Order: sequence, then structure tokens, then C-alpha cells
Amino acid sequence: MAKRVSLSGNEAVAFGMKQINPDVVAAFPITPSTEVPQYFSQFVANGQVDTEFVPVESEHSAMSACLGAAAAGGRVMTATASAGLALMWEMLYVGASMRTPLVLAVTNRALSGPINIHNDHSDTMGARDSGWIQLYSESAQEAYDNLIQAVRIGEHKDVQLPVMVCYDGFITSHAVENLEMLEDADVKNFVGENRIAPYALLGKEPMSMGPLDLPNHYFEHKRLQAEAMKNAKNVILEVAAEYEKLSGRKYSFFEEYKMEDAEAAIVVINSTAGTAKYVVDNLRAQGKKVGLIKIRVFRPFPAEEIAKALKNVKAVAIMDKLDGFSASGGPLFNEVRSAMYGVADGKIVTSYIYGLGGRDVTSVNIEKVYSDLFSAIETGKYEVYNYLGVRE
Amino acid sequence: MAVVFEPTKGLLDVPTHYCPGCTHGIIHRLVAESLEELGVIDKTIGVAPVGCSVLAYNYFACDMHEAAHGRAPAVATGIKRSLPDSVVFTYQGDGDLAAIGTAEIVHAAARGEKITTIFVNNCIYGMTGGQMAPTTLPGQVTETSPYGRDVKLQGHPIRVSEMLSTLDGAVYVERVSVDSVANVLKAKKAIKKAFELQIEGKGFTFVEVLSICPTNWGLSPRESIKWLQDNMIPYYPLGVKKDITQQEVK
Repeated sequence: MAKRVSLSGNEAVAFGMKQINPDVVAAFPITPSTEVPQYFSQFVANGQVDTEFVPVESEHSAMSACLGAAAAGGRVMTATASAGLALMWEMLYVGASMRTPLVLAVTNRALSGPINIHNDHSDTMGARDSGWIQLYSESAQEAYDNLIQAVRIGEHKDVQLPVMVCYDGFITSHAVENLEMLEDADVKNFVGENRIAPYALLGKEPMSMGPLDLPNHYFEHKRLQAEAMKNAKNVILEVAAEYEKLSGRKYSFFEEYKMEDAEAAIVVINSTAGTAKYVVDNLRAQGKKVGLIKIRVFRPFPAEEIAKALKNVKAVAIMDKLDGFSASGGPLFNEVRSAMYGVADGKIVTSYIYGLGGRDVTSVNIEKVYSDLFSAIETGKYEVYNYLGVRE
Repeated sequence: MAVVFEPTKGLLDVPTHYCPGCTHGIIHRLVAESLEELGVIDKTIGVAPVGCSVLAYNYFACDMHEAAHGRAPAVATGIKRSLPDSVVFTYQGDGDLAAIGTAEIVHAAARGEKITTIFVNNCIYGMTGGQMAPTTLPGQVTETSPYGRDVKLQGHPIRVSEMLSTLDGAVYVERVSVDSVANVLKAKKAIKKAFELQIEGKGFTFVEVLSICPTNWGLSPRESIKWLQDNMIPYYPLGVKKDITQQEVK
């Protein structure tokens, strides 16, 4: 039987880690992720988990130690945010290319500078091409559910990739919500008691991990990595189906909210989806055909599926909680618009950069986006590149 | 005929890429012999650095992990925590350990990670072609200090062994040299002892080995050995910097 509990996002993630009971956690604190390793270290101190907890000197060393532990065959987890993720950068790529499954919980926080501790997605979106699977979470419930599924996804024999579980700093990490936790035994059964590493140091065969890989093999190595990321798509759905049986909660690449007959849609990531659903409900009550797509899986990017989901809209606004500084819209905008090419042509597609550095995003802001979309549909006149809620 | 000398089982029977006269080969052999004599080759994991010994995983007969630049002690931490019954060593040069990886080595030592670090100090960045290292001696000419290291501009060399010996997590720290037969034998003794203490679970063990770089010093191997003896040993004095087993005896 599942338990109803009231927890913050960070607590939910820490309790999820406790139920997963990893072999090694190496971590360094950073706001607003600090609580995750802190709560977890208390479970270690109380003997409630069997984990080796290593409080290392930096995030760079946290990820280095995690990679070493995973190379040795362990099930490994850590947590970070913002500049901490940036300091891990070098090792993110190493971990993905070494095909070391490990789970990293990221509380999304703006990346310096100027220095800022509040939420946006500039940290993990910058790491989008590091070769990690990225799962995003609207709520503490989703962060918890994604964390548990992440273990199975990353460790799957056809995948063997590290996974980032992302949720919004403070908004989700610190707000307390009611959620449902699985029973300890169910989580243990779901993830399996130990990681089964197809290859590991001191395994059955002599092993070198991470050696130099020059022009004669590097490309093939990367090609296999790309294939693993493609394989992850099926595995994500399989794991989600199995998780649904256990939890009753349904997960896919993204959530479609009132999209069946929607004329104007928003595509968004993480907690803002909650605000946007409220707006969708209100506008629907007024008879307006609006819908929402909330991205859960950004890597691998479900291009075909998103394009298909947007096939019948007249206009779509794609919202990025970071500025990619490409001078042509945020990364979510560019990838969704590109996915639509040839599948969902002739639509009005606009970009909204919003909420940078924790700037509040209210229902009024979201209503404006829908209102812009309807105006574009009616008049044919619109701006492609927009900033929402900024003083100019 | 009596066999008086054999290859060590701790090294693979392959040619190395090291320059003529380089002492990495001797140091590799001392590590490998120690692992063989202790009977732990099959349970040992070595962590190779970035630098001249980046390809060390091609030579040691144990499982190996190649770490990103400077990160070997952090990677070794994860490996040892995951496999506590294994024997884990890092093999690092002075660019890897004393520059980009300073934080990793200091904190692995401070935490008392039960690993052994073999630190090969030749006062220069070898693989990148002879630039100044944190260990470069005052006045030493390198590619990036063509008139000699000026301590007013470029600071002073770091004596890593002395620094690490101040940390309680480090149980054994010794500086040795491979410039003579006598010193090679002493180096072997130190390296083997470092592994023994690791196997006994005492804590972090560290052996700094003064080494030569004829190619980048611009000297013959014979001249290089003399340069090490005349310049390096006075600045980096040999000997045990810390040994908790001796303190226990006292």
C-alpha cells in the first residue's frame, strides 16, 4: 500500500534515495539542493541505508567519485544545482561516454552570473548535449517518481547511461505538498536489490575503463552512445508502464493536457505547467480551445511524438525558462519548432523566454501568452521571439 | 642456468611509449613488483592520470581506470568505496597532481581514503612539452620560464609530501628517488610499504618519486640524473615525512 505523505521536493527525493538504497553517494552541498544529501546523510548516520556516503570537497570531485564508484559496479546517486552542475561539466561527458548509469537529482537554479539562487533552467539546459538522459518534474510527486524510474532507465542493458532528474529550485524543492510514496519493499523490487553491471572493474574479465580513444575508434564509440540514447526512448516507456502498474501514475515523454481539440497550445517544462493548467481550465470554462504540453523527457528528445501532438493546433507558444543567447529563441523552442518541420507545418510557432532567475510566473502571464496566440490566429500578425514578464 | 632476474607479472609484456632515459619505466616496475610480491594483482585497480603516464593502463597487469586530468584521487575514492576489499592506487605526475588536481589529492588524503598514490615529480610538464609546473625549481628554465622560474612572478614550488604529511588522514608519506641503485631499492621498499599499509586498512599512503625528464630538460639521461641529484634532492629532501607505524612504535 502506498503512503500519503506531506513532503518538500527535496525531502521526497531524499526519501526516494533512501528507498533505492544506493551503494555510494558522493556529494557537495549547494542551494537549493543542499537538503538532499543532508537528509540522506542522516539516513546513513542512522543506519537506515547501506550507502557509503562521501562528503567530497567539490561537485567536480563528487561526480569523479560517482563515476569511479559506478565503474566499480556500484549503484550511485548524487544531487546538485546550478554552479555545482557547471563544475561537474567535464565529468558529465565522461560519465555518459563511459556508459556509467548513475542518477543525479538536480534542483534547477539559475546559473551565474549575476549570481542568483532562484529557479530557472539555465543549468540543466546547458547540459542538454552532455549525453545524459534528462527527466523533468512538475511537482515533488513527479520528482520522486522520476527518481525511482531513472534507476531502471539508466541501468537497462540497452541504455547504460546516466540520468538527470530535474525539478524546480525552491518552487518544487522547498514547497511542501501531499504526495504518495511507494512502500519500501515495492521500490526495492522495482529497482532490484543491486545494480547488474554488464562490465565493471574487478569483474569477470580484465578491464580498463575510460582509456584514450583516438580517431580510429572515437567516432564508433560516440555512435554507440547515440544509439543508447535512441534505445532509451523505448525503455522509458517500458519502465513507465511497469511503474504505472505499481503506482497508478501514468508517465510518458510528455503530458498532453486538454490537447484533443486545442487551437492554441503552450509547451512548457517543470513547475510552470501547474500554473498553466490552472489557466487552461479557466480559459476552457470560457469556451476557449486551449491546451498544454508539459515536457517530461527532454533527452532523448521525443521529436516525432511532439510534432504529432501539435499537428492539429493553429498556434503554439514554446516557453523556455532560460535564454540560450542564440538570438533566435530558447533551446526548447528551437527543438520543438524543428521537430514540427514536415509533420506539423503551417502553424504559428512562437518563443517565450520567461521566469529567469526566479522571476515569478503568474496565471496573468500565462493568460497573456494564450491571448497573444489567439490574436495571432485572428490577425495573422505576431512576434516570433518574445520575453514574458521582463521590464523593458 | 640459474634465473637471477625475471619480468614482473605486474606488468604486461609490451613496449612502453616513454622517452629514452625516462624513469617512469623503473617506477612502473617498482609498483608492479610490489603488487606481485603482495599477491594482490588480481584485486588491484590502478587509476591512470593525464600526462606522460596517461597510457599506464596499457602496461599494468591489473584492472585500470583512466581519470580526467587531476581527478584520479576522487575517482579512486569512488572505486575504493564501491569495492572496499580491493587495492586501489593512483599513479600521477606533478602536473596532474600538484596543479589541476591539488584539491583532489589534498582532500582524498584528508579523508584518509584507503588508497595509495604514487606521485612522480620531475619538476616539469612532460607530455605537453616542457612547460613550468608548480614543482619547477626556482631559476629552472622551461618553455614557459625561458629565463628561469622567477619566484617573484611565478611563485614558489610546492613540496607536496611535506604538505600532505600535515594531514591526519595521511598515514604514510615518503619521498624517494630513482637516481641510483641504492635509491631505487629504497623506493621499492617505500612503495611496497605504502601498499601494505593500505591493505591493512590504515589510511591514505603516498610515495613521491623524484624522476627525470631528459627530453624536456634538454639533457642526456646521465646529465639528467646528476641534475636531479644536484638540484632536486636539495629542494625536495628524501625520506619519510610521516609514518604512523613508527609513531606507534615510539
